[in-house]
Amino acid sequence: MYTQGLDQQGKPEQEKQRRPAESEAELRAFQRRCDAEEKIEAKDWMPEAYRRTLVRQISQHAHSEIIGMQPEGNWLTRAPSLKRKVILLAKVQDEAGHGLYLYSAAETLGVSRDKMVDDLLSGKAKYSSIFNYATLTWADIGAIGWLVDGAAIMNQVPLCRCSYGPYARAMVRVCKEESFHQRQGFDIMHVLCSGSEAQKAMAQDALNRWWWPSLMMFGPSDKDSEHSAQSMAWKIKRFSNDELRQKFVDATVPQAEFLGLRVPDDDLHFNEATGHYEFGDIDWQEFYDVLAGNGPCNRERLAKRQKAHDDGAWVREAARAYAAKHAVQEAA
Amino acid sequence: MNRIKPDAQLALRLYVQRLGDNALITGQRMIERVAGEPELEAELANANFALDYLGQARMYYSYAAELEGAGRNEDDFAYARNDREFQNFLLVEQPNGHFGDAVVRQVLFDSFYLLQLEALLECSDQRLAEIAARAAKEIRYHLQHVSKWLIRLGDGTSESNARVSESLARYWRFAGEFFAGDEVDDKFRAAFNGPDLSALAVTWQSNIDALLAVATLTVPADIEHPVSGGRAGLHSEHFGFLLAEMQHLTRSYPGATW
Ligand SMILES: [Fe+2]
Ligand SMILES: [Fe+2]
Repeated sequence: MYTQGLDQQGKPEQEKQRRPAESEAELRAFQRRCDAEEKIEAKDWMPEAYRRTLVRQISQHAHSEIIGMQPEGNWLTRAPSLKRKVILLAKVQDEAGHGLYLYSAAETLGVSRDKMVDDLLSGKAKYSSIFNYATLTWADIGAIGWLVDGAAIMNQVPLCRCSYGPYARAMVRVCKEESFHQRQGFDIMHVLCSGSEAQKAMAQDALNRWWWPSLMMFGPSDKDSEHSAQSMAWKIKRFSNDELRQKFVDATVPQAEFLGLRVPDDDLHFNEATGHYEFGDIDWQEFYDVLAGNGPCNRERLAKRQKAHDDGAWVREAARAYAAKHAVQEAA
Repeated sequence: MNRIKPDAQLALRLYVQRLGDNALITGQRMIERVAGEPELEAELANANFALDYLGQARMYYSYAAELEGAGRNEDDFAYARNDREFQNFLLVEQPNGHFGDAVVRQVLFDSFYLLQLEALLECSDQRLAEIAARAAKEIRYHLQHVSKWLIRLGDGTSESNARVSESLARYWRFAGEFFAGDEVDDKFRAAFNGPDLSALAVTWQSNIDALLAVATLTVPADIEHPVSGGRAGLHSEHFGFLLAEMQHLTRSYPGATW
């Protein structure tokens, strides 16, 4: 996981830095390639704003994978069976792998991994809001797999057709693994819901806490994210935030019913005429608070990343020194 | 337990169970490190190796459960035993320190474990020999990987050299335990052509000496006061906390399935 529709807020002063060399003819030719569903590759000409949008989106996606290791990693040592422990560890490892391919995909656009990591640590780059919530019980591990990886799939399957080739190809690989994660999460929930009353209560409590933050993963409502039109035109984005959110609700509510869990939304109902579930209002204040750094775990997540980075400094330095020494010796 | 001379079947079961204990506790310490590694590639390697150890623990425990024939399963071994029933080496349960500590600990242990597994390829218990063959492939790769890291850190900067020298000095006294066999090792060796620990000790020492030389590290002096106790279930004080964390959920909901 996980991209989130946060990437469209281009800063006005950045937009002004458009390269003077971009002629109308070039822009039109580029748009024709997008319209023809051609893949844009790293060495191809592209508008600066396209490059910048992708760097922002892909690096944010990579950071989300890396930060996302923390809430799930929180239960590795306590997973209640060896099989669950191994499955969870394999998932967390997959997320690290996703981070790695995504950083590599972003690097094709001319930004270094070090720069991206610096932007994450300084708070300049965002990551998905969902990972700023705490995993308090084992059922949260089930809920994350089921809901968060489930939402990630809704977001990311269309990205497999993204106009930017390296990103699209990374997504094909990532999506296969995310659907595996989603099934494993659902299986944890299923076992809990078939277990004792206490286990069922644990599952319900997890759904209560993760439902709304999962809906927020799709980003601001369409009426508040006017910049997505450009991403749509460039075939980076294929569906609006609200369309994806609706797909997720339609797919997930029947699964909750199957589990015998109640979705924590009194306004939720099925509209026979449209064939869609209608749901209550999202607390956007909470969403913006979490994005601004004031969620339950924002500080802890970044502090842990910063600590790992700082603690590893001497190790990275030693590896560089060793490589330099031996490169000199080999050359001699 | 150790005052009773084990018969061949019991020795085999305990031998397999101990292999499981070393693998599980090693894996458990490794997963504590997740999301704290110096770089993303190290994160992937750590998770990968931890998966191997946990996978091995499951094979050993499942086999031990079968040998015992009392209806226990792998999770009963991991989650329903008390500290005195675990018989891992004390080295593998030591708390995680920095990255260099992890590297040194893994080099010392894997260097022994690989020799042990290679010797087990020759043991007369077919199943254990098969498990050992699978595990040896994994551990050979781990040992290569951590040895490369030890060389980089030893021969990297003066800071990295000082740090791993200190790790080595701290962990060295735990290595003696690898070779201090007890009745289980003796009986297993006699009945199933198990490893000759004194021969392993010689090979281990010369392998470590060679690696430390490449890593520009000094081999610590002979151990005057070796640590032991793991084989008798006498652990360090850290162990109770490791177990409490690992087992808390299953113990909080007795009889639940997950
Ligand atoms: Fe992922
Ligand atoms: Fe995932």
